[in-house]
Amino acid sequence: MSEKRIHRRTFLKGAASSAGLILAGCSEYDPPTYGNILRMADNLTYKTHRLLLPDQALAREYDYSDISASPAIGTTNPADPEKSIYSEVQGPIYEQHLRNEFEDWRITVEGSVMQPRSFSLAELRSLPSRTQITRHTCEEGWSAIAQWTGVPLHHVLAAVGLKPSARYVQYRAYDDWADCIDMFDALHPQTILAYGMNGRDLPISHGAPLRLRVERQLGYKSMKFLRSIVVLDEFDDGGEYGNIQNGWSWYVGI
Amino acid sequence: MAEAHRRWVRVSHWTIVASFLTLVVTGILILMVHPRLYWGEVGNDLVPAFLEIPVSNNHQPDGWVPTTTFSEVPGSPISADRTYFIFNENGWGRSLHFLAAWFLVVTGLVYVLTGLIGGHARRNLIPGVRDLSPGKLAQDAREHLRPKGELQAGPPYGAVQKVLYGGVVFVALPLMLLTGLTMSPAVTAAAPTLLDIFGGYQSARTIHFFGFSALVLFLVVHIAMVFVTGARRQLRAMILGK
Repeated sequence: MSEKRIHRRTFLKGAASSAGLILAGCSEYDPPTYGNILRMADNLTYKTHRLLLPDQALAREYDYSDISASPAIGTTNPADPEKSIYSEVQGPIYEQHLRNEFEDWRITVEGSVMQPRSFSLAELRSLPSRTQITRHTCEEGWSAIAQWTGVPLHHVLAAVGLKPSARYVQYRAYDDWADCIDMFDALHPQTILAYGMNGRDLPISHGAPLRLRVERQLGYKSMKFLRSIVVLDEFDDGGEYGNIQNGWSWYVGI
Repeated sequence: MAEAHRRWVRVSHWTIVASFLTLVVTGILILMVHPRLYWGEVGNDLVPAFLEIPVSNNHQPDGWVPTTTFSEVPGSPISADRTYFIFNENGWGRSLHFLAAWFLVVTGLVYVLTGLIGGHARRNLIPGVRDLSPGKLAQDAREHLRPKGELQAGPPYGAVQKVLYGGVVFVALPLMLLTGLTMSPAVTAAAPTLLDIFGGYQSARTIHFFGFSALVLFLVVHIAMVFVTGARRQLRAMILGK
């Protein structure tokens, strides 16, 4: 009986993964599905979007008068140990940064780059900036329009020099959450490292001192409280700290 | 004897049934995460809703810290931090919704193309001018409400059936697809016209909800009519074709 079960399970796994190969094409660079048919469907949507929407079109930008109320959800302060998502290691470091107003804060940019280095807020501010009024759309179903100011990620990547093998950009936050985007999104003109919101410094609950904006995907790709950036040759969304292993789609352009 | 429903119709019918039911269940699940509807581009817990659906207690006006403003200027945008846990199964709910949508879209395209090329759509789904006269529709509706014995399964269809089937295939489901795509930030970056057509992201979401309501109402009437006209025979016809 148990032997039969194992056989059946092996068969189902095999069937599921071959279905996945058919569904998603077969590339070693793809986001992993862990044999989950839902993640295979996510990959199908991702591939279809990349195939049918190949241009770097800009997400709609709005007028100043369209700026709306903006709820802050998820982690609203990584230094607060009472919160459900709290990092024992990073939380106290973030608290230190809060105390001296991000004076010593730096973000590292490393991995498949020519010259890995770190940037202070002042250094990021000295790079060319972009201000955009865009719609933040949450997977929960709500939306808000806000003005974001920051440095386009492609300027930062140009400053460190991408290696030709680079395919993904991974980022990590002070609440230990991690994620990555492909180069198509990373090099998009509206993909910015934002340090300003609605004309002032980024508030704590919206991701101070620096958050990402990925305007062609849902809100949770636009990670708050950034602490490091790693350029990758292969897909790695942070594993247990990333979305897929936590039961969420990696691609949320839909 | 000719088949009551042809094989490609039966296979598409049941594939669409499975996809549709999955879309209904996951759609309700997704709605429960934020059961408030709005008009325009913006809608969230800090602005008034156009309609609140009582399907979860995720909207708690007192579950937020006091609002702060971005500047001293009157009318400055506000913000507030959420302090409570919400019900949220979107991790699998959304992905299952889109998996089912893929099955519905692919099957639906095959069904519509086959139907348009082979004449099934013209004969059985698209109502003619005579079908649309109020007298004909009223008479047909009366006959459906008080059937004289078991009705024959499958086409030819009456005027009301044509209007409903044609409306689902050519109006309601395409509208669901388009309003669904309007909720995709990647799609609307490439095709911002969708936002203009439906009046914004939240309007598209609201229309998607009303489309869902209409389709569920159709489903209820459809199943009721199957029972009224002989469930055994109707099911046999749609499963076995005879």
